Amino acid sequence: MDMLSFNINGKLLTVGKGKTILEAALENSIYIPNLCHHPDLVPSGNCRMCIVEIEGRRGQIISCTTPVEEGMVVRTDSQEISHVRQTTLELIHANHTQDCTNCSSNSACELQKVTAYVGVNEERLGRLRRTRQHYNIDDSNPFFSLDHNKCIMCGICIRTCDEVQGVNALDYGFRGFNTVVSTFGDKPIKESVCESCGECVVRCPVGALTFKETRQPTFEVKTVCAYCGVGCNIYLGVRGNKIVSSRGDRDSIVNKGRLCVKGRFGYEFVNHEDRLKVPLIKKNGTFVESTWEEAFSIIVEKFSAVESKQFAAFTSAKMTNEDNYVIQKFTRAVMGTNNIDHCARLCHAPTVSGLVQSLGSGAMTNSIDEFTNAKTIFSIGSNTTAAHPIIGLHIKEAKRKGAKIIVANPKEIDLCRFADVFMQQYPGTDVVLLMGMMKVIIDEHLQDEEFIKTRTEGYDEFLDSLTDFDLDTTEKITGVPKGKIIEAARLYATNTPSSLVYAMGITQHSHGTDNVLAVSNLALLTGSVGKESSGINPLRGQNNVQGACDMGGLPDVYPGYQKVTKPWAKEKFEEHWGVKLDPEEGLTHTEIFDEIEKGNIKALYQVGENPILSEADSNHVKRALANLDFFVVQDIFMTETAKYADIVLPAASFAEKDGTFTNTERRVQRVRKAVIPEGETKDDWWIASEIARRMGAKGFDYESPNDIMDEINRVVPIYGGITFERIEDEGLQWPCPTTNHPGTKFLHGEKFTRPNGLGKLFPLTYKASIELPDSEYPLLLTTDRSLYHYHTSTMTRKVKGLEILDGEEFLKVNPEDAQQMEISDGEYVTVRSRRGDVRVKIKITRIVPKGIASLTFHFHETPTNELTICAIDPVAKIPETKVCSIRVEKMET
Amino acid sequence: MKIRRGGIRMSNKTCLICQGTGCVSAGSREIHASLEKEIEQLGLSKDVKVKRTGCHGFCEQGPLVVVEPEGLFYAGVKVDDVPDIARSLSPQGEPLEEKPLYHDSATGNPITHYHDISFYNKQQRTVLQNCGNIDPEEIGDYLATGGYQSLRKALFEMSPGQIVDEVKRSGLRGLGGAGFPTWIKWEACQRAPGDEKYVICNADEGDPGAFQDRSILEGDPHSVLKGMIIAGYAIGARKGYVYVRAEYPLAIKRLEIAIDQARKKGFIGKSILDSNFSFDIEIFQGAGAFVCGEETALLASIEGKRGMPRPRPPFPAQSGLWGKPTLISNVKTYANIRWIVNKGADWFAGIGTEGCKGTAIFSLTGKIANSGIVEVPMGITLREIIYGIGGGIPGGKPFKAVQTGGPSGGCLPAELLDTPVDFDSLKAAGSMMGSGGMVVVDEDTCIVDLARYFVDFATKESCGECAPCRLGTNQMLDILNDIVEGKGEMEDIDILESLGMGIKKGSLCGLGQTAPNPVLTTLKYFREEYEEHIIEKKCRAKVCKDLIHFIIMPDRCTGCHICTKVCPVNAISGDPKQIHEIDQELCIKCGLCFEKCPPKFGAIEKNYGSKVMED
Repeated sequence: MDMLSFNINGKLLTVGKGKTILEAALENSIYIPNLCHHPDLVPSGNCRMCIVEIEGRRGQIISCTTPVEEGMVVRTDSQEISHVRQTTLELIHANHTQDCTNCSSNSACELQKVTAYVGVNEERLGRLRRTRQHYNIDDSNPFFSLDHNKCIMCGICIRTCDEVQGVNALDYGFRGFNTVVSTFGDKPIKESVCESCGECVVRCPVGALTFKETRQPTFEVKTVCAYCGVGCNIYLGVRGNKIVSSRGDRDSIVNKGRLCVKGRFGYEFVNHEDRLKVPLIKKNGTFVESTWEEAFSIIVEKFSAVESKQFAAFTSAKMTNEDNYVIQKFTRAVMGTNNIDHCARLCHAPTVSGLVQSLGSGAMTNSIDEFTNAKTIFSIGSNTTAAHPIIGLHIKEAKRKGAKIIVANPKEIDLCRFADVFMQQYPGTDVVLLMGMMKVIIDEHLQDEEFIKTRTEGYDEFLDSLTDFDLDTTEKITGVPKGKIIEAARLYATNTPSSLVYAMGITQHSHGTDNVLAVSNLALLTGSVGKESSGINPLRGQNNVQGACDMGGLPDVYPGYQKVTKPWAKEKFEEHWGVKLDPEEGLTHTEIFDEIEKGNIKALYQVGENPILSEADSNHVKRALANLDFFVVQDIFMTETAKYADIVLPAASFAEKDGTFTNTERRVQRVRKAVIPEGETKDDWWIASEIARRMGAKGFDYESPNDIMDEINRVVPIYGGITFERIEDEGLQWPCPTTNHPGTKFLHGEKFTRPNGLGKLFPLTYKASIELPDSEYPLLLTTDRSLYHYHTSTMTRKVKGLEILDGEEFLKVNPEDAQQMEISDGEYVTVRSRRGDVRVKIKITRIVPKGIASLTFHFHETPTNELTICAIDPVAKIPETKVCSIRVEKMET
Repeated sequence: MKIRRGGIRMSNKTCLICQGTGCVSAGSREIHASLEKEIEQLGLSKDVKVKRTGCHGFCEQGPLVVVEPEGLFYAGVKVDDVPDIARSLSPQGEPLEEKPLYHDSATGNPITHYHDISFYNKQQRTVLQNCGNIDPEEIGDYLATGGYQSLRKALFEMSPGQIVDEVKRSGLRGLGGAGFPTWIKWEACQRAPGDEKYVICNADEGDPGAFQDRSILEGDPHSVLKGMIIAGYAIGARKGYVYVRAEYPLAIKRLEIAIDQARKKGFIGKSILDSNFSFDIEIFQGAGAFVCGEETALLASIEGKRGMPRPRPPFPAQSGLWGKPTLISNVKTYANIRWIVNKGADWFAGIGTEGCKGTAIFSLTGKIANSGIVEVPMGITLREIIYGIGGGIPGGKPFKAVQTGGPSGGCLPAELLDTPVDFDSLKAAGSMMGSGGMVVVDEDTCIVDLARYFVDFATKESCGECAPCRLGTNQMLDILNDIVEGKGEMEDIDILESLGMGIKKGSLCGLGQTAPNPVLTTLKYFREEYEEHIIEKKCRAKVCKDLIHFIIMPDRCTGCHICTKVCPVNAISGDPKQIHEIDQELCIKCGLCFEKCPPKFGAIEKNYGSKVMED
């Protein structure tokens, strides 16, 4: 970096070129008073406090916007400067609520700090008129309030909402003296587009934006957020044995201090009164509080009695790697079966089955941080800002830096506000859309010939299959105008590096694997994979779904994706675990329910899952569960599914245990115990180990998660060098085979992880979704997510504030459909599919196009999955939760 | 055929009917329609051309009709006058001798020819030359004056560098108010890297009492467009915006017509005059925020953001619209370009003073006999403008002060009447050229109230972004309110001065940096009036309501009942033919009774001191 020298208050400083005087001064511990400066934000120069004098220039100059120049001579104080600062400061004080001692920002207040430094002339201040207006406090938001009477109008909140969040809920409103920080139309914050991320509150330098509950913790513990797969690093604040705050870690490369509404405010569930605290045993149809001893003795007896093939286990993408490792080990080594699966089956199974075939590895190829340097970001089938809010922020940041954004989604999602090209394809036509784009790329010779030649195979067969996807056909099937397809294809192929992002919109289809292959075809064809800021990035949903897969929570692989059908793998694990292992692949999630219903599986050990809300065609799940001989549920709350159990075991939550989560970018990060577990709750790994030990098994004498990680290091090559010690401060990205390996920022740099090192292009054909609208069920139902809830909301609906912000399900329908069906906004209707019906309120919105309706599956009152179809992808066995047909019936009045 | 005024060739007689906003509101559209009809009926259509023009400048006298080639000047024309005017235009007709002629403000004598009117003959109308002479909606009229020739010259005979050099040598300074040397911006934009640059015409004329930019846009839009096109060629821009406030519908309409006609003629658009230079101009309508006249706020506004200024540097020439190099200048600055290109920098530099070249244009208003738009060479004194052109104060009252530069400017006393009018001299006196507003006040204006008025304006128009301006203007207003209400204290004067200096130095943009000027200059030149308000509770101009009261003199009141009828709060009692009385508790001091009491009685007096206070 070029360096510059300059003189400040007689002191010679050398700083990097491009730094402002204020930045240079603050970095060198020279205080220049300031109120509107924030290191993340573009300087606005509006607080007028940071004025300095520069030799050879007239008057007072704002230091936060003036870059340092070589040889500059700067003075940060003079009589003149003091007068100007004092004038401004006295004006602010004359207009400010003077209740410092009662203010929650007391002692953390920048205005106090500046006042202490600059000083005010008491006499002059005394003569100033009290110009303060009496504004009502906006406390509409459940988490924070806005008190205009304390606002100094520094604009940090406004700029944060714009520059960091891209939400623009706040701006200056009104004019002149009446100017205030306001929402569009001066509505209460709750009624604005505010996403309640709280980032403005954190940054408010005074007491204008404050959290409603005093969140001063006694101490803080650094850990990882328990919601989505982004894996934001947080500090949980603890007071008593309660979590009172959550704060983003500014040093984390993952979230750089930023958090979404769930990450910042979603922790009430940990100390919620409804937490399971003691083991429960169902006696005569009702649950009775019991002891661990009694529960274990029944479980040991029942588990010992079933044959291997009659047993199945569901592990959990919400638990730590260590928990997952032990539960799959228990299933395989103690119960002798590979019948283990988890909810990844319902989300990214096609990613694994597809990308393993084409690239060799089913994980995100790049790091989250790399998005910001991509030139083109193509988001398909991902409601990124709702489901992965912090990755959404990275994409917005890329946009600010000049990247082009392509969005393909059947719904006009929030990210479309940032899109340069928005393609609104008909649900289930992704293969056609992507192949159509590839046809354009080939026709216009935009493919990367060199990459295709040296790094891939299968090109000719792929090319043959492309002939079916001419623009006319593509437009007809997808509904996307040709021009947009061409524009998107050109951008993606030429404005590189291009990064592709996808999620459930690609995978949750009966042809999900084909969709994933289409995605990888596009990346391979254009050479947009295996490079920095360029690759295929499936966004994993759950906080540790990556880790649960890595740890072998799948029926076909041992930990580290070592195939159970490969003799070498089986032998390796038999040696390590000292037992004989099942040589056959186990059953998948969906198949397990089928086998339970048929009576072939009699005992189920389900940890941290809620299939009654999450599984497609959930009435089928209910029928199956009723058919079990013995059903153990291990969870933190009495879920809808747990009610069917014979025994419910109380587990410790993420905040009550140590271990690791692996986020969507393969980064293994430390989870730390912040509070003492509620009641008699125990770590999941401990519970499974205890059952194993009591069943007489060897190899379960772990004393801590660290012990388990030691074993993982030994048996999982990609985790070989990832030790607790190494990830104390910052996580490591696998593959990381040895303790001196730095981890892997992006995959496939030199060669693909397929056996021959080449990526493979696949010929594809269009397969329609299984159940499309007809005269009887004329609307297509697709599913989506709310920013305010998580999965089946076991955790989020325990958070009062989130419930206030989003407490109810709505069927989103297009105005034209609503008119045709003669239904109005807010009306209750019955939504019926061939499999079930739910009662739900209507929301009329243009977010969904005509003919398509949408529901989340967050609300147990509206079990959306009673409607969805369990048509499964033949390879990945994922159900088609993104497409089924419904009809809307008016309620009898 | 004679060549007269602005070099337009006239055929027989031409009737120029002002269609500026002022005259239109005084009924000049009807005058035009009626005159055309009359002329047709008299069969004079062949010999007499009736033309709608832009503003003639003498707005106070509108509607105006000028007859060329004689230079006859008809003022305050009414529809009833039209038949007489029409008949006078016939070959046998004689110029009208009384109504509707202009009457000299000093002598009261009628004057028939505009060049005998001191309002006109002491001006040097250069930029305004076409205003009032051509039909702004007909590009042919403009072309007849030699319009767009300078564009041809610029494009085919001059390099961009030569143009910038010519502008530099001319000494032209920005006529938006600050007087920044124009060439520095041109050169910076020309040298800025990149092929995406913008030219913006700042027509966001927001000062109370200023309307000369509007008049130019309404009267001679092509001269502004041409200046912008030449600027675009000089700096390498392909796109220009005219940022004009939506409150100027007529200016917008005429600009739209002008752009459309210029595009059809090949002066705007792709490959202008078949050269390889392309340039397009778009109109952007501002929503009427005063602060959007500040260039960085204006840029934010075009970008679709709230119009708020940002600190400079970077200057717009470095990072302007959408972050691209941008040239922003005032309407008048662009209107001057054609002269500099046509007649050369030396010609231009021959007008004005050593440091300030060319002409200055003012909107002369207030307590002045001849109000309107005037163009004078830089360096002429305030006295020459106010007494020479403006005809002094009506009714021979003494001059008290002149506020130049609108709310950003200052208020200068009689002692400074010989101050030359140019950027530097006005600034030295504590005021500024600013927007070009020039408001003359006499003894009936309270100087504290005047300052209060401008501060009130700034308080409302501050964008609210920086504390000194947002809070400081309001603080000054509160203090001034106290003073005019008789609640001020002597220390308040110190506070006002201290605040004023702090606000000037502390504010982010020009609005705040100049907002205290009216207060600071009046404190400097009229301090005793402040002190009177504070110590004696006296407003010498009898304007401040809390310091005066109205009383009915019993000896003069005839009980005519006129005052009781007009009083909006029924504060005046008394039966018909009985002496009336004002209930001081109820009186709101609106002054209506004072105005309406017939002069022959003069029964109502306005006195110092609040009656209520005396009780």
